[in-house]
Amino acid sequence: MKILVCISHVPDTTSKINFTEGDTKFDTNGVQFVINPNDEFGLTRAMWFKEKQGAIVHVVNVGGPETEPTLRKALAIGADEAIRVNTPATDGFSVAKQLAVVLQEGAYDLVIAGRESIDYNGGMVPGMLAKLTGANFVNTCISIEVDGEKVTVIREIDGGKETLSTSLPIVIGAQKGLVEESDLRIPNMRGIMQARSKPLTVKEPIAVSPETKAVLFEKPASKGAVKLVTNVDDLISLLHNEAKVI
Amino acid sequence: MSVFVYTEFEDGKFKMIALEAVSYAKGIADMIGTTVTAVTINGANAEELGIYGASKVLQINNDSLLNFNAEAYADAIAQAVKKESAKIIVLSGSANCKYLSPLLAVGLEAGYVSNVTQLPESMSPFKVKHSVFTNKAFSFTEISTDIKIIGVSKNTYGLKENKVTTVTENFSPNLDSHDFDMKIVSVDKAKDKVTIADAEIVVSGGRGLKGPENWGMIEELAGILGAATACSKPVSDLGWRPHGEHVGQTGKPVASNLYIAIGISGAIQHLAGINSSKVKVVINNDPEAPFFKAADYGIVGDAFEIVPELNEKLKVFKEQNA
Repeated sequence: MKILVCISHVPDTTSKINFTEGDTKFDTNGVQFVINPNDEFGLTRAMWFKEKQGAIVHVVNVGGPETEPTLRKALAIGADEAIRVNTPATDGFSVAKQLAVVLQEGAYDLVIAGRESIDYNGGMVPGMLAKLTGANFVNTCISIEVDGEKVTVIREIDGGKETLSTSLPIVIGAQKGLVEESDLRIPNMRGIMQARSKPLTVKEPIAVSPETKAVLFEKPASKGAVKLVTNVDDLISLLHNEAKVI
Repeated sequence: MSVFVYTEFEDGKFKMIALEAVSYAKGIADMIGTTVTAVTINGANAEELGIYGASKVLQINNDSLLNFNAEAYADAIAQAVKKESAKIIVLSGSANCKYLSPLLAVGLEAGYVSNVTQLPESMSPFKVKHSVFTNKAFSFTEISTDIKIIGVSKNTYGLKENKVTTVTENFSPNLDSHDFDMKIVSVDKAKDKVTIADAEIVVSGGRGLKGPENWGMIEELAGILGAATACSKPVSDLGWRPHGEHVGQTGKPVASNLYIAIGISGAIQHLAGINSSKVKVVINNDPEAPFFKAADYGIVGDAFEIVPELNEKLKVFKEQNA
């Protein structure tokens, strides 16, 4: 089985979010970039398929050279090869179009992409990629088993979960639950050394017209100070009379 | 051409967020001087959609669509959109809508923006405001395609009554076998339990509660308020509560009217995930806990004393205000 894990290069979850150039660009100054957490859950599950079922695992990112350390980290965790499509990630549709080419050229059986990236939260790349390539698709995936061509997946639904059966090829929108937080791997020295010599192929992009374009960013208005109360009666009264939520 | 909206019907009724999506669609329709057409799959009582401004309802009745199936639903909705020659399509931000919207977008060659928080800033260029960086910022984004898809963020636009006369028309899409390549084996869904996605009130516990055995008072509070229960990331990582309850940046987002955080310090990732809730209450014994900076109301004190007292007094309050 050939697995492709799509990796977004995103600000660490603790990052302070600021914008620059007249609030038109994300300010990367002082920001630590990481593998998108939802992608990392997927990558960790891919490692399981590699170790238990002999799968080959490639990782891909659509982005400029600055994303390569993130791809190297994925290699250090255990991916076999990395591909970088050399174009800035603009809108979700353009990214999906670039990934569709990689998917088709590499004839992957299973594609794992985070259900959303924690930066722009579009939540559209996995589904668009599946639709563009004719692969099956499950979103908010919290379990996947592959037996030959047969695939069993569990997806999280509002208030529960749903088990589905289907076949390869499939794209899954990964999230926590696919593996546990404690299963995530910190690259060890051997992995980091090996990652240096693993192939990282830079691929030129196809021409795509973006469908959407972010033109301006804004930070939420700062909120007023908390109203501290000392007893439960006051709290109930405020929630009822002032906030009108109970 | 009218503004088009997909309205989810579940457990015998239209979902609240579907009615919010209709309200939003009506808002756009009024901006451009047109009407709203809704589509529903195996729904009933379509007149209810008229209360929020849908003048026409396309009713799809199809036994093969009794269970949600993203590919088939997206295909059916796309055909309804084409029949109406609609250019603006509105969906809610439910898990199912987020599943099918990208498929619909590719099928219709439509630009798609999710987590939209208010009516379009402008129609030409078509520009919408939506949340990014898990509510730590907003983006104004232009959609340049002929057909546009908007995913409305829950509890941002709100329900707005706007009663119109509704005509219902049956619609039968042509579905093919590829639409059903994903087969449902089983569904495991808690009955009679409010979900975080649908809840108007969410009661959430953190590591300050010391152990899973102490969740009785949290569940009792949720029961009194008709609320959903949730938890912080460490609590779900420790296995005290199921993953489905984890709210925050890598868990579920919460956009309820009221969010009550008990024994949660308020890590930046947690606060981002619950930031779209309207009113936030924190109960924590540490006055320095970051949550106090994000909350509207707070009590500094021991949750094991405050929550039981709150439960007793809320019961009395509920009886008096029933």
